[in-house]
Amino acid sequence: MTEKLDWMVARARQGKMTRREFVGRTTAMGVSAALASALYTKAAHAEVKKGGTMRVGLAGGESTNTLDPALAASVVPQVGNASWGEQLVDMNPDGTIDFRIGEEVSSSPDSKVWTFKIRQGVTFSDGKPVTAEDVLATFKRHTDENAQSGALGIVKGISDMKAEGDKLTLTLDQPSADLPYLLTDYHLIIQPGGGYDNPNAGVGAGPYILETFEPGVRYVLKKNPNYWDDSIGHADSIEILSINDNTARTAALQSGQVHMMNRIDPKIAQLLANAPGVEVRRAVGRGHYVFIMHVDKAPFDNNDLRMALKLAVKREEMVEKVLGGLGSVGNDFPINAAYPLFDDTIPQREYDAAAAKAAYDKSGHDGSPIILRTAPGAFPGAVDAANLFAASAQAAGIPLQIQLEPDDGYWSNVWNVQPFCASYWGGRPTQDTMYSTAYLSTAEWNDTKFNNAKFDELLLAARAELDETKRKADYSAMAHIVRDEGGLILPMFNEFVAGIRANEIGGWIDDPNAEMMNYRAPSKCWLV
Amino acid sequence: MHPIVKLLVQRIALGLVLLLAVSAVIFLGVEALPGDTAQAILGQSATPQALENLRAQMGLDQPALTRYFNWLGGVMTGDLGKALTNGVDISQAIGQRLGNTLFLAGCAAVIAVPLALILGAVAARYAGRWPDKVISAVTLTTISLPEFVAAYFVIYLLTILFPVFQPVAMVFPGMSFWAKLQAVALPVIVLVMVVLAHMMRMTRAAILNVMQSAYIETAELKGLSPMTIIWKHAFPNAIAPVISVVAINLAYLVVGVVVVEVVFSYNALGQYLVDHVTKRDLPVVQAVGLIFAAVYIGLNIIADVTAIIANPRLRHPK
Repeated sequence: MTEKLDWMVARARQGKMTRREFVGRTTAMGVSAALASALYTKAAHAEVKKGGTMRVGLAGGESTNTLDPALAASVVPQVGNASWGEQLVDMNPDGTIDFRIGEEVSSSPDSKVWTFKIRQGVTFSDGKPVTAEDVLATFKRHTDENAQSGALGIVKGISDMKAEGDKLTLTLDQPSADLPYLLTDYHLIIQPGGGYDNPNAGVGAGPYILETFEPGVRYVLKKNPNYWDDSIGHADSIEILSINDNTARTAALQSGQVHMMNRIDPKIAQLLANAPGVEVRRAVGRGHYVFIMHVDKAPFDNNDLRMALKLAVKREEMVEKVLGGLGSVGNDFPINAAYPLFDDTIPQREYDAAAAKAAYDKSGHDGSPIILRTAPGAFPGAVDAANLFAASAQAAGIPLQIQLEPDDGYWSNVWNVQPFCASYWGGRPTQDTMYSTAYLSTAEWNDTKFNNAKFDELLLAARAELDETKRKADYSAMAHIVRDEGGLILPMFNEFVAGIRANEIGGWIDDPNAEMMNYRAPSKCWLV
Repeated sequence: MHPIVKLLVQRIALGLVLLLAVSAVIFLGVEALPGDTAQAILGQSATPQALENLRAQMGLDQPALTRYFNWLGGVMTGDLGKALTNGVDISQAIGQRLGNTLFLAGCAAVIAVPLALILGAVAARYAGRWPDKVISAVTLTTISLPEFVAAYFVIYLLTILFPVFQPVAMVFPGMSFWAKLQAVALPVIVLVMVVLAHMMRMTRAAILNVMQSAYIETAELKGLSPMTIIWKHAFPNAIAPVISVVAINLAYLVVGVVVVEVVFSYNALGQYLVDHVTKRDLPVVQAVGLIFAAVYIGLNIIADVTAIIANPRLRHPK
């Protein structure tokens, strides 16, 4: 009987059997109708289908957006750019490199000189071929301060670039074993001539061609008939609608006005999962919500006080109440299992009122209130999280108090200015980038003012280390330093929670790299 | 000069002076906000060097007074400048969005104004009896609901429970008129709910006020039906206060519906303004603020003038 069933599943997968026929014949074999229907749905989903118009409703679009990939900073432009643009390299969901315009890569033994082979026969949507010169010019534009690129920190470490034939050679200031990972940054979309003529042209080599762009309203894209990789780009056209209101976006998914949406409110995720026609998808990411202390300002220059505060957080409770369970607890260093070379033997820090009180007493703090600044926009649920923190700290005898700040001007007047506040970090592709961005003593975004010579030394050593075991040991030692001496309180890692129309979308993969399958859900999924 | 022409010229001149004052107030208000555009654009990723570059590039390092007069000069010549954040021409961006704003306001007004007048007249005709009580109770309930609550309520009712309309009300160039109407159905319902009561109550009160007059009694004694009395005799004399309330509500439909626009993701001026306020995009905020002020002042001038024309005592002053 299983043989016969397998055969019918295969027929259904090939689209040679209708649901009615399939259910009729399998139930005749004794399979329950519900199971038969589910089997058919599963089989029909597995087969890639081409065509149709995919409508996507996303939070994170403003009428101030542009098409310049260097300036992309929110989800709607990120998804839009990933649809019309192509990068040198990209991330696979399993954390390996996905070779796009770069076909392969090799490096010198000291990992200072990297050579990419450029894929031949790929064209931009204006018909011109993609050359090594275009890639070089793109990177060059992002190193220019005037381009205000979000990837400046990544490309400025490249001291020399050379394009010869189909080879692009990059020479670095400092050795880095992670360069290909760094170049997966979403800003680095290859533009003809590097986008110097018109960074807002929207001309790229992606699976779709841009037809209409209305900032803060929508993108309309149609399939690129000359795209080189036919495993991507299934729908005939894509419509990306910018729907910032949670209720409207959710209703749009429920009523079928859109096929997929991002950022389901954790409070309603469970309810929505039970609604008909909707499937809630969760991907554990690298992004995290934090409370940051400036280690160079009183009273936070005292490590005992910092430790007291770290021990006074009820992490499980925060994940449960603030994230609605859609997340995982943090351990006061910015790395989790979603990163390569993560050391899972580091013990989890737990709430311990007695130890917190002891550390607080040892710090000799004068008992004046410790002010934690927070705002609704610091991260979703930041005010609730701060209140939970204050309650658990006060229970341990630490005089922690909340000061509510307005969203307006929070990132200019509070973050990086006040010594203790709520904030968030999106993840980075590797441990090296995460630590170099915010924990190296010379980093521009060192928002805890962390300055530890041993840590800096380990970071630079690990960056050039090609032996993975040694690298992992270095990263583990760094994690311990940040966890036990840093100014970072990291109670929770968040998840990317998306919604799709059940039975209408195929090919969804829970991708930890970024929201919406690393921004590529519309081009990687298909309409069933 | 005919007194009405003189009055018209006076009102318009006064309106322009008012507009100028408003432009200064808007500029000062935005100036007083914490943070600046460069900081808002770069956000969490701002480095001192990048901030300085961006400020110089956008001319933010110039004194406020210079920037104000530069901008005012541009407005006089019809040039609203370019958005600081994405370099898009403001006049062009506003053009389409203003069209959408007027479309939504127009659709709501076409339903709400006649409905309010009719309901008001009916309520006055049956004052104190059950039709009056039902009309008042229903409209007062809808006006008492905050807009976003009303919006979520109709979204739930008409897209989830009875899937008749779409929750996202975006309209695009190239859509047919019918498709546009269908798209804006939900926001129009909400707006009608919000503005109906005010106009209805004023119509009712104004008509009831006139109904005490001697000439209404005469009309009654002539044997006219109550509805004829209201339409032919009471309403024309009650029109002045009704017009001014209608004008206020029309102005509200154009300038005050940000919340409704955001909830339904309707791509009109309100949402455009909010996005640019968050990014401290001064030229856009000023331009939209000025347009809103102009609409408000313009509608009020029209209301004043119509009220005067409708009132013989004001039309022929002693």
